[in-house]
Amino acid sequence: MELRAYIVRRLLLIIPVLFGVTLLIFALLQLFSPVERVALYVTNPRQFASVPDMIAKYGLDQPVWVQYGHWISQIFQGNLGWSKVVSQPVTSAMLNFLPATLELAIFATPLIIFGGIFLGSKAAAHKDKAIDHATRLGAIVGYSLPTFWLGLMLLMVFYGLFTGLFPPERLSTEMNIVVHSEAFTQYTKLHFLDAILNGNGRVLLDSLRHLVLPVITLTIVSMAFIMRLMRSSMLEALGKGYILTARAKGLDESTVVSKHARRNALIPVLTVSGYIFAGLVNGVVITETIFNYKGLGWWFWQSAVNLDVSGVLAFALFNGVLFVITNLVVDLLYARIDPRVRLGGKVT
Amino acid sequence: MTSLRYMLYQLRKNPLSIIGIVIILTFIIIAIFAPIIAPPPEGHIDPYMIPRYGYSPIPKPPSEGHIFGTTEGQYDVFYGVIWGTRSAFRVGLIVIGTVLAIGIVLGSIAGYFGGVIDEIIMRITDIFLAFPILILAMAITVALGPSLDNVIIALIIASWPAYARLIRGDILAVREEDYVEAARGMGGSHLRIITRHILPNSIYPTLVMASLDIGAVVITAAALSFLGLGAPVGYVDWGQMISWSRNWIVGPPGNPLAYWYTVTIPGLFILFFVLGWNLLGDAFRDILDPRLSRK
Repeated sequence: MELRAYIVRRLLLIIPVLFGVTLLIFALLQLFSPVERVALYVTNPRQFASVPDMIAKYGLDQPVWVQYGHWISQIFQGNLGWSKVVSQPVTSAMLNFLPATLELAIFATPLIIFGGIFLGSKAAAHKDKAIDHATRLGAIVGYSLPTFWLGLMLLMVFYGLFTGLFPPERLSTEMNIVVHSEAFTQYTKLHFLDAILNGNGRVLLDSLRHLVLPVITLTIVSMAFIMRLMRSSMLEALGKGYILTARAKGLDESTVVSKHARRNALIPVLTVSGYIFAGLVNGVVITETIFNYKGLGWWFWQSAVNLDVSGVLAFALFNGVLFVITNLVVDLLYARIDPRVRLGGKVT
Repeated sequence: MTSLRYMLYQLRKNPLSIIGIVIILTFIIIAIFAPIIAPPPEGHIDPYMIPRYGYSPIPKPPSEGHIFGTTEGQYDVFYGVIWGTRSAFRVGLIVIGTVLAIGIVLGSIAGYFGGVIDEIIMRITDIFLAFPILILAMAITVALGPSLDNVIIALIIASWPAYARLIRGDILAVREEDYVEAARGMGGSHLRIITRHILPNSIYPTLVMASLDIGAVVITAAALSFLGLGAPVGYVDWGQMISWSRNWIVGPPGNPLAYWYTVTIPGLFILFFVLGWNLLGDAFRDILDPRLSRK
């Protein structure tokens, strides 16, 4: 019963936050002139001919609260404006670029989570041994690496030194033609998955080759973060009484570490998964830019450097909402796992 | 005082933290003595613009006159990385200093007075924390117009909420302590209680976190410059220097690493700068976490 009350309370709490998120984006929008803001209501380039009419039509010369009403109702209708960098409506641009970014996330997320948890608990279980020092140093260096520089260095070595081993972009020119040919059906727009579904080994190999470097770049920084957290959380768990009990009753060390300590140490890691998501989004923008990998992050960067308001703000809004929802899911999971949360810390 | 001495003692015991201190000290020396280490050429007007030695787009390898070579557009790499240290400190210190000030004021108001005002401030921080920092900073920079000053403003807007929250939490922890009650009983004003009794007893972890965050701020600022939203062209900035190397990652056939210096050298400066702060931070965190340190 308490869990349901908690969920309801938590759901009600995100309404003001989401409202605030739209207000913040709208406030940024007010820094632009009405002529620039018209781009948000355009769904077709031919409409640009009648800019003054549109300013009047969408009330861009009216008081701000009226404008906010117009703006938010347009968003609920799925109209986020015109993205001039790709010459299509923002909504369709985002849908077109989403699969590429998903493809990166599908490979990077498990690596980040399982790699970080594994290495972190390994380091804690062997505290102050060589493996602990190595992973710790690795984590600190990984955490200090500028993502954009790491990506360029990887390109220098694996694209330059080993000529063309792992190239940038999503597909080679040749395979791009294959993918867009009649014979190849794009079921999901995720190239590796489509290649499997079409039974085309060459496209599969090519798309995987293009994924290696961006996935590594994306993984290293976020993984270092989890590794560090997992190590300290694991150290704390290993010092608890139930570990002593487990050891005292003669369980072997690997069972103690993996069954007793690690499971409890995972809770703090779960609570920060929202931040991992944020890190992933930050990383995606930079990684896609470096590797010229045309996904959402690349499009956001293009919109930003071309000062394309509608694209930038739409992506920021999309991320804000997604982040709020991610944190909600994390909190609910957390409440499900740890009864102290939903009972307001009354059980000790 | 004892805790400070204890901290210094612990710092000295940890080899990694000593490396961190040495790195940061080195960068401070580089920043202070930049005009001596890399003197601007004669007749060069603004020392914060990297001098150019020609207009050829092709980078030139390290030589007698340019020990780190020249990058695209013949900007001197050595001059850029040395003076870039000053930019890095400037961005890091201004952002962290301002964010701390905002965080202390809003965090203490929220934590000390509680109630409606606390609720309002915390809901506002919720809104800002709903965005990944880089995305929010990019959106703000685009809205204000790309420039280094606007990058600093954007980073301040994107990062103050975390500090306000942290300080509020720490203040809540000491608000009901006996010595605060005593000060209140003696008729101390709110301002006096906050500044004389509460803050000195709760601000410590925040200050430590702030000093460590400088590295993260510098990385984000460099990323914004790299993405083309920060420093003006030619300004002494590590991120921008890396963006100049983007076309020269792969050399001519037969010599793929021909232009290694354009990307490697500025990148190493960023890496070591951030590494220095993070090493220091890791040591601080271990010391401050009593569950791990006093065994």
